[in-house]
Amino acid sequence: MRDTPQLLFKNRRPGETVFMAGYRASGGYEALEKAFRQMSPAELRELVKASALRGRGGAGFPTGVKWTFFPADKPGPKYLVCNCDEMEPGTYKDGELLMADPHQLVEGMIVSAYALQTDVGYIFIRYAYEKQAENLRRAIAEARDAGYIGKDILGSGFDFELHVHGSAGRYILGEETALLNGLEGQRPNPRLKPPFPAVKGLFGRPTTVNNVETIANIPHIINGGAVWFKDLALTADGSGTKLFGLSGHLNRTECFELPVGIPLREVVETYGQGVWQGRKFKACLPGGASTPYLTPEHLDVALDFSTLEAVGSRFGTAGVTVFDDRTCMVAATLNLIRFFARESCGWCTPCRDGLSMVRWLLETIEGGRGRPEHLAMLKEQFHNISGTSFCALAEGAMGPLSGLLTHFEQEIVDHIEKGGCPFRS
Amino acid sequence: MAEIEVIDSSGLLTEEELNEFIRHAGHLEHPREMIIDILRTVQKNHGWVPDSGIELTARILGLTPLEVEEIATFYDKIFRHPVGRHVIHICDSICCWSRGGEELAAHLQQRLQIEFGQTTADGLFTLLPSCCLGGCGKAPGVMIGQTFYGELTPDKVDRLLAELSQEAQE
Repeated sequence: MRDTPQLLFKNRRPGETVFMAGYRASGGYEALEKAFRQMSPAELRELVKASALRGRGGAGFPTGVKWTFFPADKPGPKYLVCNCDEMEPGTYKDGELLMADPHQLVEGMIVSAYALQTDVGYIFIRYAYEKQAENLRRAIAEARDAGYIGKDILGSGFDFELHVHGSAGRYILGEETALLNGLEGQRPNPRLKPPFPAVKGLFGRPTTVNNVETIANIPHIINGGAVWFKDLALTADGSGTKLFGLSGHLNRTECFELPVGIPLREVVETYGQGVWQGRKFKACLPGGASTPYLTPEHLDVALDFSTLEAVGSRFGTAGVTVFDDRTCMVAATLNLIRFFARESCGWCTPCRDGLSMVRWLLETIEGGRGRPEHLAMLKEQFHNISGTSFCALAEGAMGPLSGLLTHFEQEIVDHIEKGGCPFRS
Repeated sequence: MAEIEVIDSSGLLTEEELNEFIRHAGHLEHPREMIIDILRTVQKNHGWVPDSGIELTARILGLTPLEVEEIATFYDKIFRHPVGRHVIHICDSICCWSRGGEELAAHLQQRLQIEFGQTTADGLFTLLPSCCLGGCGKAPGVMIGQTFYGELTPDKVDRLLAELSQEAQE
């Protein structure tokens, strides 16, 4: 096990949630005090940019750069929205963070709002996280009692209100513009971009949407500094630590805070304690359901954004789901495509019809009714859908299909030639 | 904003909840952001959202029932039909699938003698498939009400069903 500095999981204890007293005891709200008393909003934005923090919600866009798009000096209402929809299969890190230490997000929201000069924040939280929502409501009430939320925070003249907004269970809400529609009480279809939310977001006003883990990192960057934060990563291109949610065919499936750039092998063998039941590693989704598979040849790659892009996959949310050597990758991909097809909002044809077609093809192949032309049809659908859908949902669905076609085409052929699934006894 | 005296909540909301929603809506520039909050509260009280719940929500927020309906029907955790006392959402996503989720689903259907989307004859359980419940490290799992139960086996599920059945009889 590495002796990795624990930032986000510093206060994590099994079955416990830290609230104000415990959070303060661990240095909580020192970053907020420092930010409000010693730093200007522009200095805060520069600090975050210098830290090279990249969005932890899956896309990995540099947070400081995203913040530069935001018109912090524009008068009138502006919004900071935290995306805690977290419905990507394999991804459960934000839920773990809010079960352990909800004040980190609250403190992060307040200082981020100050940096962006927004006076209203929303934490948009998925239906299944009711306990986490309760934790947040309690933490917000405690922060209000401490004078960190409300009017004239610490005599700065800055006002901030923070709300928790519960959802009702659809994956598309994780897409930031669909989330904004959902928050407004509109039907949560994604919006056409541009205009981007920084220009026209919630209620038509400038809005920044950031992930829970992204925002929770901000107080640590203020405390430790940009250089310290960047150097926590093991690779030059990375920055900070990352919450890795392990799942699938591992002996130990837990969430760990590890440095960005840690090799996949170490995650699997040390933290996951190896593939279960003495079996061999066959593949994994490195960063949630929308990321192309990695295979044994990738075990020594560093898990960071650019390295994984270079090998044809994505870092995503670092939800690592491992598959053993008895797994049928056609069946696994069918499961993933069924998820994306069911969760499509139906707004655009490539997603609504294309994913249904891919699902049908994979069901046909897995069910033993596949014909040779179905492989070509799968490839055709992959090309038809890639880059053509209105939002990233269908694009994400193409991640595992891309991995199947790149690394496991022979399994598709075997299904077709044998008239059934070779992995079923 | 609708006047409080013209709204009959028909027992879907308590008087206190109704007043609070009306008060809160009056303070918001964009009250329709409360649609899900109201629908979830109706569902918490009534088990599901009947047409009168859609109409009630619309009246509180100054919307048409159709505007509320198109939101209610989008979300899979808002029920527009009667459901059992306990709704069991079983995760069928990849992590649960990889650790016996399909077998667990088959066991639940066999044990409850219902298909997905159906309710047991005694009105106690409704079984629904669900995408990821955020318990990937404790797969396979189900959510009953809003409580997650993980690392399930057929035996553990049987014990859970027995406990819930027992509670219902008490």
